[in-house]
Amino acid sequence: MLPVTTILFYVFSAILLGSATLVVTARNPVYATLYLVLAFFNAAALFILLGAEFLGLILILVYVGAVMVLFLFVVMMLDINLARLKEGFLSYLPLGLAIAILGVLELAVVFWTSPLGHITAPTAIPANADNTRALGILLYTQYLYPFEIAAVILLVAIIAAIALTLRRRTGAKTQNIGAQMAVRAKDRVYLVDLREPKS
Amino acid sequence: MSAGQPTLAAYLILGAILFSIGVVGIFLNRKNVIILLMAIELLLLAVNINLVAFSRYLGNLDGQVFVFFILTVAAAEAAIGLAILVVYFRNRHSINVEDIDELRG
Repeated sequence: MLPVTTILFYVFSAILLGSATLVVTARNPVYATLYLVLAFFNAAALFILLGAEFLGLILILVYVGAVMVLFLFVVMMLDINLARLKEGFLSYLPLGLAIAILGVLELAVVFWTSPLGHITAPTAIPANADNTRALGILLYTQYLYPFEIAAVILLVAIIAAIALTLRRRTGAKTQNIGAQMAVRAKDRVYLVDLREPKS
Repeated sequence: MSAGQPTLAAYLILGAILFSIGVVGIFLNRKNVIILLMAIELLLLAVNINLVAFSRYLGNLDGQVFVFFILTVAAAEAAIGLAILVVYFRNRHSINVEDIDELRG
């Protein structure tokens, strides 16, 4: 009888790998995005199984809640010609599969022959361990400067995304407040002398 | 299988297979930029699983801090990548990688 954790590990891993395969083979990008959501959910479950509750929840909140919704928006916004994008889909399959199998075999050989392959049991977690608290203490002391830099990276990403996609439409009937405030009377009204010119 | 938990190698091989699926995705969908971005997300997820597994099995929390930073950078990358994609689609009405050859010399 296998322990429950091991059974759960294999269930979550199987769903994760299956949905990841469907991400890269799905015909429709919307389905690919939804399968990616499923993959992230299972990865979050694996993280929680590994005792990293905080990262598991962050993965669901940030990835499923924000990044995947962003992907869905973009996929639905763009009216793309799917038939053209799928050209040559199968012709690349043998090469891709060969490289993938080679990579997995190489990594498996490395894992089974290196000392890492013999680490079987995880280190014991104390009964009152708090993953979020421990991670927070580490982030706000030892990794304080990288943490601040991460915040700056997010700020740069916000500004870049807005600056890239913001566009001013020509001919749209919007107010230009600056020009309205800066206007002077002589720009708008001019007096015409209608009297007959004296010769 | 030993008491209660799968081995570290099981997690590492899971990460390796996931990484390879991401690589296959890049090969298969080399014309569709959106799926390419999703494949990159899969690659990063595989790396994150490896880091969390190492962090747990070696009893060192630094790996999870790294995953935190990788998640941050990946979110920023996805946002900027999709923004560039939207701008490109507005200009060219296509997201085919083969059309992105304006800078070819």
